[in-house]
Amino acid sequence: MAAVSLTVNGKSVTADVDPRTLLVQLLREHLRLTGTHVGCDTSQCGACVVLVNGKAVKSCTVLALQLEGADVLSIEGLAPADGPLHPMQEAFRENHGLQCGYCTPGMILTAVDMVRRKGHELDDHTIREELEGNLCRCTGYHNIVKAIAAGARAMGSGAAKRAAE
Amino acid sequence: MSATGIGAAVRRKEDHRFVTGMGHYTDDINRPGQAYAYFIRSPHAHATIKSIDAKAASTMAGVLAVLTGAELAADKIGNLICGWMIHSKDGSPMKMAPHPALASGKACYVGDPVAVVIAQTLAQARDAAEKVKIDYGVLPAVSDPAAAQKRDAPRIHDVAPHNTIYQWHLGDAKAVEAAFKAAKHVTKLDLVNNRLVPNAMEPRAAIGEYDTGSGAFTLWNTTQNPHVARLVIAAFVGMAPEHKLRVIAPDVGGGFGSKIFIYPEEVVALWAAKRVGRPVKWVSERSEAFIADAHGRDHVTHAEMAFDADGKIIGLRAKTIANLGAYMSTFSSSVPTYLYATLLSGQYAIPQIYCEVDAVYTNTVPVDAYRGAGRPEATFVVERLVEIGARELGKDPADLRHKNFIRSFPHQTPVIMTYDTGDYDASLKKAMELADYKGFAKRKRESARHGKLRGIGLSTYIEACGIAPSQAVGSLGAGVGLWESAEVRVNPTGSVEVLTGSHAHGQGHETTFAQLVSDRLGIPIENISVVHGDTDKVQFGMGTYGSRSAAVGMSALAKALDKIEAKAKKVASHMLEAAEADIEFKDGKFSVAGTDKSAAWGDVTLNAYIAHKFSGQELEPGLKEGAFYDPTNFTFPAGCHICEVEVDPQTGNTEIVAWTAVDDFGVLINPMIVEGQVHGGIVQGVGQALYERAVYDKDGQLVTGSFMDYCMPRADHLPVLKVETTLTKCPSNPLGIKGCGEAGAIAAPAAVINAITDAIGTEAIAMPATPAAVWTALQTSGRSMPHAA
Repeated sequence: MAAVSLTVNGKSVTADVDPRTLLVQLLREHLRLTGTHVGCDTSQCGACVVLVNGKAVKSCTVLALQLEGADVLSIEGLAPADGPLHPMQEAFRENHGLQCGYCTPGMILTAVDMVRRKGHELDDHTIREELEGNLCRCTGYHNIVKAIAAGARAMGSGAAKRAAE
Repeated sequence: MSATGIGAAVRRKEDHRFVTGMGHYTDDINRPGQAYAYFIRSPHAHATIKSIDAKAASTMAGVLAVLTGAELAADKIGNLICGWMIHSKDGSPMKMAPHPALASGKACYVGDPVAVVIAQTLAQARDAAEKVKIDYGVLPAVSDPAAAQKRDAPRIHDVAPHNTIYQWHLGDAKAVEAAFKAAKHVTKLDLVNNRLVPNAMEPRAAIGEYDTGSGAFTLWNTTQNPHVARLVIAAFVGMAPEHKLRVIAPDVGGGFGSKIFIYPEEVVALWAAKRVGRPVKWVSERSEAFIADAHGRDHVTHAEMAFDADGKIIGLRAKTIANLGAYMSTFSSSVPTYLYATLLSGQYAIPQIYCEVDAVYTNTVPVDAYRGAGRPEATFVVERLVEIGARELGKDPADLRHKNFIRSFPHQTPVIMTYDTGDYDASLKKAMELADYKGFAKRKRESARHGKLRGIGLSTYIEACGIAPSQAVGSLGAGVGLWESAEVRVNPTGSVEVLTGSHAHGQGHETTFAQLVSDRLGIPIENISVVHGDTDKVQFGMGTYGSRSAAVGMSALAKALDKIEAKAKKVASHMLEAAEADIEFKDGKFSVAGTDKSAAWGDVTLNAYIAHKFSGQELEPGLKEGAFYDPTNFTFPAGCHICEVEVDPQTGNTEIVAWTAVDDFGVLINPMIVEGQVHGGIVQGVGQALYERAVYDKDGQLVTGSFMDYCMPRADHLPVLKVETTLTKCPSNPLGIKGCGEAGAIAAPAAVINAITDAIGTEAIAMPATPAAVWTALQTSGRSMPHAA
């Protein structure tokens, strides 16, 4: 067992873990944050995507002990518990970008990272290419792409408003 | 149409928990004191199990038990079953081999569960599993369905000589023979419908719990049909009496059929929980799912279509060998028979059809229903024959279809099904307009100028859905009825709970079922909740598959709502002191005809429970009604999909440049959700046509054992999809609904392959049409250069 200290969704966390523990296991089992999902065992599906220090990372492919001092954001931390949804979450709902919901947390966080890297005006081609690391079996991706484009724009208008104030 | 009623694109109520990560999938649930199960699976496709030595493993840290087929048999746990009896041509019943939840005596496929380790943590279970010593006697294996029936093939089960489960047929062989003799032209086709792995994004999982005090079991399970699971595990497996087993299907992350079946793992989780005195949790790993979840499709078919001098189809015959894998899964026998051969008429008035199906055992993962279940296989046969026939006859494929469409309804096909209503001309015409079919030649020339081969392919499909009329399927061998149930509980305060026997694993029932209630009762959709998935809460229901929830599940709900309305009117009549016949109910208000006396919904519901305004002898208090709805026929969604591709002859790569879908699903409850179902189905169908295939080597090893080797469709594989509908109301259910869940998967593969073969000018291509396959076909046919039209 070894200790690791990190920040998860804004809260300081210290855990004693078996060195084999993956970040996704730390989140799901130790912290009971079950919004991050496991969909495969070869790093392909993206259901486990979280943001580590602001960047999208597949939490199934990193050991918890590697996260010493890191700032991790999982889907539960994207919006306040009783508050309004994050614009990307709202866009997924508005555009029917989910069906069974299993790939959705990973899709949403991947999308948030996509906006950070590629901006607020994302075209169809860019979004589809950028989703190479995320699998969905239900939606055929059609409405996920629509949702991400809409969410990206909504994230931009919010920021623009704040900048103007 | 109200903003939240039938036909409205209401945004889904269930989305909030899914976009915030607050869903409760089975692995999100943790029971106090739970232990973990790890299955040890045979690494051999066919082997005797000589001995299992668990001594070292049993003493390892955290290990509670190591269990095998021997303990299972000693505890008299019964076998898994196939619930649909199929008889062979000679009248003999299908050869169903015993299927214990843990292999007994021998292992029959790579993945066959042989033992299970129960430990305090999953890591401890996995570590101990490595120390279990199993002595196997490796036997020759057979994985190919055609090879399985050969004389030198290893016999897998004693009950099945030549590994043959049944030799079934449908139709009039003699009449078809005569038709073919009279034919002016016969188109022949040999094809393989490739084996697929369903791969819902949520892996399967089960938590078994036993309460010693009450002798009651609880099972949390990723199932599409909790009551069916309960019935099978209680009555056939004999785990417990039915009333002592509760099955809960919480949020389930996709099913596509693979989560219908009753599998070894949930049986073992329950049994182990009782043995070790702790809840036992099992969660599949993805590469485990590849060898543990039922696979789909896997047919080898020879088919022929006979035409007269005018291009009218006068006969169709097909011989199929269907690979059912190492054991018969729960519905396996029905998929290549009554869900397949009965759709071989397609949208065409074909007077004579004959189909033979041999189902075989092989040393592979058991095969069962996967989105479309038999209907994608049928559509592929029919739509490839028609397209190839058109090319051979020098006719336009759209014209040849048009010439053969059924136009008079009801239409009795020669293969049991009676199509109730449809307008195939309308969907073909609309699809051709939207796809600019007429402009294709110009686009083809443009593509050629850029060195690309452009092709267009049609798929005018039909399916039998809204599964199914109980007597009809009973007469065909089904062990169950396929009706559905609904209960509507109106609360005193006027809110409504719908308890449905249908199950949602992505289909949005919490929204669509609520839309029906909102439409009928005129109450806000926020005041309606939909409950499903718990056998303690919901009366028996058959679950969700076969595009049945709207057609059958909502029809049950509609019947229950009829009863609610009738009872509420009785209550209102007492409140308003009027005759029951004079009470009108509209937009949530009860009024007396011809007066301005009225009562609001909430007042009537409260009165129903306070019961002050009527005598309990005359009218029972309360407002709760249930209904069971048994369909009178299958429903017949149908439509036209048009796929346009560009093939790069240098690499063999296919790009889908356009997709047009025009489907007739009857009445739509929520067009946004319907469109989503079509999108998902199309992409799964494209997956079958271009990317997916479960590959076995000659020793029965699954070569495509994970997402590394099994190519799943990704976002950049598809263009924007054009999805529209036409409408002929379904006459056989109160709502006029046909259903839509499987259509895309049924239509798509034929459309893609018709397009690619059009582009490359040769029919010799098998699914998946990978770049290597297409390039090779081009090289072999000598057509490696694009030709201008």
